[in-house]
Amino acid sequence: MHWNTGYQDEAMPLLRRFVDQFRDSEAVVSPSTSCVAMMRDHYPLMAERLKEETLKAEVARLLPKVWEFSEFLTKKLGLEDVGAYYPHRVTYHASCHGLRSLHLGDGPMRLLRAVRGIDLVEIENLEQCCGFGGTFAIKNAEVSSAMLSEKVRGVLNTRAEAVTGCDNSCLMHIGGALHRERTGVRPVHLAEILASEEGGVQS
Amino acid sequence: MSGGALDPTTAPKFQVAAKALLGDSQLRKNVRHATNVIQTKRARVVGEMPDWQELREAGKQIRRHTMRHLDFYLEEFERNCTAAGGVVHWARDAEEARQIVVGLVKASGANGQSPTEVIKIKSMTTEEIQLNKALEAAGVHAYETDLAELIIQLGHDQPSHIVVPALHKNRSQIREIFRREMNLPELGGTPQDLADAARRFLREKFLRVKTAVSGANFLVAETGGVCIVESEGNGRMCLTLPETLILVAGIDKVVPTFQDLEVLLQLLPRSATGERMNPYNSIWTGVDKVSPGGDGPRAFHVVLMDNARSEILADEESRQTLHCIRCGACQNACPVYQQTGGHAYGSVYAGPIGAILTPQLMEMHHAQSLPYASSLCGACYEVCPVKINIPEVLIHLRNKVVKQQSSGLNILANPEVMALKAVAMVFRSEGVFRVSQELGRLAELPLSRKDAQGVGWIDWLPGMLGGWTQVRDLRVMPKQTFRQWFEERSKAAPGRRAGDAPEKESGNGH
Repeated sequence: MHWNTGYQDEAMPLLRRFVDQFRDSEAVVSPSTSCVAMMRDHYPLMAERLKEETLKAEVARLLPKVWEFSEFLTKKLGLEDVGAYYPHRVTYHASCHGLRSLHLGDGPMRLLRAVRGIDLVEIENLEQCCGFGGTFAIKNAEVSSAMLSEKVRGVLNTRAEAVTGCDNSCLMHIGGALHRERTGVRPVHLAEILASEEGGVQS
Repeated sequence: MSGGALDPTTAPKFQVAAKALLGDSQLRKNVRHATNVIQTKRARVVGEMPDWQELREAGKQIRRHTMRHLDFYLEEFERNCTAAGGVVHWARDAEEARQIVVGLVKASGANGQSPTEVIKIKSMTTEEIQLNKALEAAGVHAYETDLAELIIQLGHDQPSHIVVPALHKNRSQIREIFRREMNLPELGGTPQDLADAARRFLREKFLRVKTAVSGANFLVAETGGVCIVESEGNGRMCLTLPETLILVAGIDKVVPTFQDLEVLLQLLPRSATGERMNPYNSIWTGVDKVSPGGDGPRAFHVVLMDNARSEILADEESRQTLHCIRCGACQNACPVYQQTGGHAYGSVYAGPIGAILTPQLMEMHHAQSLPYASSLCGACYEVCPVKINIPEVLIHLRNKVVKQQSSGLNILANPEVMALKAVAMVFRSEGVFRVSQELGRLAELPLSRKDAQGVGWIDWLPGMLGGWTQVRDLRVMPKQTFRQWFEERSKAAPGRRAGDAPEKESGNGH
């Protein structure tokens, strides 16, 4: 949020903190494409700017261990079918950072297709931004709303009960409008669907 | 929106202009339709190129190399253009460029009579410096001869796209403009009718007016030649019929060799209009000295204009802005531009490229709202034929804007700066973060209302945050944070490893 809004000095301590916290981790998994994109796209640059060789080296060592949730399953663990059960009509929102920075491709869709009972339906203009964009949603609320309106229409056109994705910020934004309009369509993170099992409590 | 010139020094903030334009349903339909048509065509002709990514990389390398050695290539261009009979002028800024052009136009008349008219080829560079206004003030009327620019000029409008300036107008609106301005009450509404009207109107100007003003797509240092691509042939008439041709180009338009056009002339038309090749590709060098009665202008001037480009070049992180070859693909791909159209940007350079170019041309004294006119979705970077990382430059410029806003006492006048600095403090410490979460729970209590499922939602937030709740609800924070859940879970079952299915949702553990 700070880096992308222009507060780069403020973002620097957060890099240090991240390295301190996760230095010894085997894998760092984030349920948010934009967080992972921030790390991969900008952490090396930030470390470079701070001109500290040890920090640069640590970032370089840590980054390959950072995974977005769906790619951790598909790429690191080589999983597709995680044994989930989710008997609902669902559409998938491909967040911009997942699509263009992390190149997740059809990874999340492959995980979803393997879910038992799911009725997966593709949204029109899958690659179009939902209009969240971090502080953009507030600083340019009018344009963000216009973009959101299109995305919501896309979701509703699928007649899905739930919209899923790999980025909680997009889901908070889309879900916020779906709730405001009392559509009854709910936002669900991919992890929630994959964690649902037969006989379990429906999330 | 029509009326005053697009001037970043006086334009309203993007947010303000956008709000007004979002209410124009006709404009939004026109912009959406046109950008979709061009994007579809582009995708088709890009998709058929097996080496498109290699071409993009080649384009990027050519542009980067040129910018690294810009001084060398500009001087080489000057030498070769001069040797071929052209006259090269150097303009430090917009004002100097206007003075030079007005002076050249005045001096171009035959028998000591200074002309009162010029014809023009579509040129964003002359739009950038508001040349037509300066010419008008000097008693010279400029006729735009590009069909779209003619529509803009006759409609007393402003360009909204760098390649398709009248993209925001549809055919029936254009018919109305022609009927009124060309005095053709019986004009039909088919494309043929409109093209015919424009042709008759312009042909007379081409044959009568003896001085032309143009821009350029590329200047070739190796030969001193100039390249202009277009769709209608009107540009070529301007280039070949008048006796005096005055060309205005930013110093960023130079390329080292003729062969570099091989790459750029593949990238440009496919990206710009979704064509494999432009219908008209004019490449010429100087004047015809062999047969003085022959084709082309007798006098050929090139005005090389800096106008803040050197400043942009000096900034290591944003100099890639100058790599732009003005194809407009980023505008068509941008979901923000698609909603608002180009006028919201308050500059002749709209869309993502405008959002990075305009504030830099203004040396960050104006247009500071433009770097924020993006959700950073990256669609612009994906289609850019020379791989300009527009999101990266947007972020870099946002940083410059924040530096301006946080300097001295400015900080106190800006709640956003205060808020983001405070949040940065919170993120820095786990203890403070945990306390803030608890405080947040308390703060949201009076705003929260439970829905039928017993979930709390907020439908109104104060101040800046109100932008969120104008169309969205916000779910209250969950009773248990992920952190708390994770900690409790490890306590309850210390043998479990991360990666096991969480119990919370599944209900029946392992």
